[in-house]
Amino acid sequence: MRWRPGGAAVVDGGGGTGYAGATFPLTTGPVRPGRELDAAAAAPVRPSAPTEPGPAVTGVRAPGREVLSGDDVARALRRLAHELIERHPQLDDLVLMGIRTRGVHLSERLALLLEEISGTEVPRGELDVTLYRDDIGHRGPLPLGRTHFPVDIDGRTVVLVDDVLYTGRTIRAAMEAVFEVGRPAAIRLVALVDRGHRELPIRADHVGKNLPTAEDEEIRVLVDEVDDRDGVIIVEEGDE
Amino acid sequence: MDHLLSIEDLDADAIELILETAESLREIAERPIKKVPTLRGRTVCNLFLEDSTRTRISFEVASKRLSADVINFTAKGSSVSKGESFKDTALTLQAMGVDAVVVRSAAAGAPLQLTRWVDAHVINAGDGWHQHPTQALLDLFTMRRAHGRLEGLKVAVVGDVLHSRVARSEVQALRMVGADVTVVAPPTLMPPDPSAWDVPFTSTLDPVLADLDVLYVLRVQRERMHRQFFPSVREYRRHWGIDAERLARLPDHAIVMHPGPMNRGVEIAADVADEHEAIITDQVTNGIAVRMAVLYLLLGRDGAKETTDA
Repeated sequence: MRWRPGGAAVVDGGGGTGYAGATFPLTTGPVRPGRELDAAAAAPVRPSAPTEPGPAVTGVRAPGREVLSGDDVARALRRLAHELIERHPQLDDLVLMGIRTRGVHLSERLALLLEEISGTEVPRGELDVTLYRDDIGHRGPLPLGRTHFPVDIDGRTVVLVDDVLYTGRTIRAAMEAVFEVGRPAAIRLVALVDRGHRELPIRADHVGKNLPTAEDEEIRVLVDEVDDRDGVIIVEEGDE
Repeated sequence: MDHLLSIEDLDADAIELILETAESLREIAERPIKKVPTLRGRTVCNLFLEDSTRTRISFEVASKRLSADVINFTAKGSSVSKGESFKDTALTLQAMGVDAVVVRSAAAGAPLQLTRWVDAHVINAGDGWHQHPTQALLDLFTMRRAHGRLEGLKVAVVGDVLHSRVARSEVQALRMVGADVTVVAPPTLMPPDPSAWDVPFTSTLDPVLADLDVLYVLRVQRERMHRQFFPSVREYRRHWGIDAERLARLPDHAIVMHPGPMNRGVEIAADVADEHEAIITDQVTNGIAVRMAVLYLLLGRDGAKETTDA
């Protein structure tokens, strides 16, 4: 009997279900209340610096090369918020759905930025796509998180928010999950990082940063709420 | 190949994993389309060699909500009534390539025996007087939702303990999660060796009522009673039946649970049953989520290999 799925769960590409390094049982719970935007997040918008190999990070989660600092992440999010407003002047029709785990925190910050910039409060929910994945027989049963739609999505524009866009399979699963509960007018995708290597014909409408990567590299988005700091790092095979 | 044959197959962490998974899956019941594609292409066989309504339907609904295909096999109307042996039935299922068999049998140990004949996950849905693990898990889930915790919860399991597979599973599971269990049974309906259960046993119900969080009432299993275990229903009701008067002695926050089907007027008075119908109905609703969790955790494991994508 192996009821305890001992050991670390499969580390994903930094996006998707975001269970990197998690072990069962993974506690799940409601979204943490919104936090105040820090000074960096409130800084004026300016283009991100060109990506150059940063210093090695020996921080919280794993060694790796930092490609976006906390400030870069804050600026990228602010730019994404502006893009969303530009594209959707009627913010009332939007629903932000953060894809667990880190997408939820990113969507929370986007919602705060949208409110700060436009004064409109955009409803925000969270989406766990585990039950809709096409690799259930390959990965084994991942721990489940909560799914919460804050409003009826019929006729609204659902904005999926994820940390890393990679193969596109997580987004396919997310779209299926959305269609299970209603018929949105449109589904848009916001990804903080697009690392390429798509396996499905999916692209993001708004991207924080395009990061061409090798397949054996792993992109990890760090968020303060989970990882005690913000940033994006590349971990190469053998780094851990 | 993994199975759920008994609460002994689990430990506190595994129970927590199942309850947490069920908590996530419960939300599906509140959606307009109560279905997810998770177990598409898998086949679950409900092999019910003993009568059951809620357990069989609960497993059927759980499987269907996860998009598994379901085969319902009952003894009546099958070749079992022509004398087909349990082994031959098992081999037929094996040949049909089912992925999981949910088995209910009057014979204790039948699910274990089945694991030797079929290459599928076996889930015990009640075997004789032995075990009914998913019932215990759904009860724990219901208690946790009602009280927000299991550790330290004061629970009395009352009634026909001798014949009750539910009581065996329930007490084991509650002890694993750190609940404080007392078993109350008529002297003739206690198990032969109560000390093996390692919980306090008593025959007098009234003194334990005032300090309870959960009063768990067992069904008097008249179909299993081949001799007289108590003088009359009236006698049973007087000493161990839950009526309005006993209910009034429970703390306000206490809940009354029953695994069903209820013998109204025997172990539970009709008005008490009606008054606590909500939580007993909750048990049924929660049963689907817990069985979905068990199916997901067992069947989702098949052929697991590491992949990375997002």
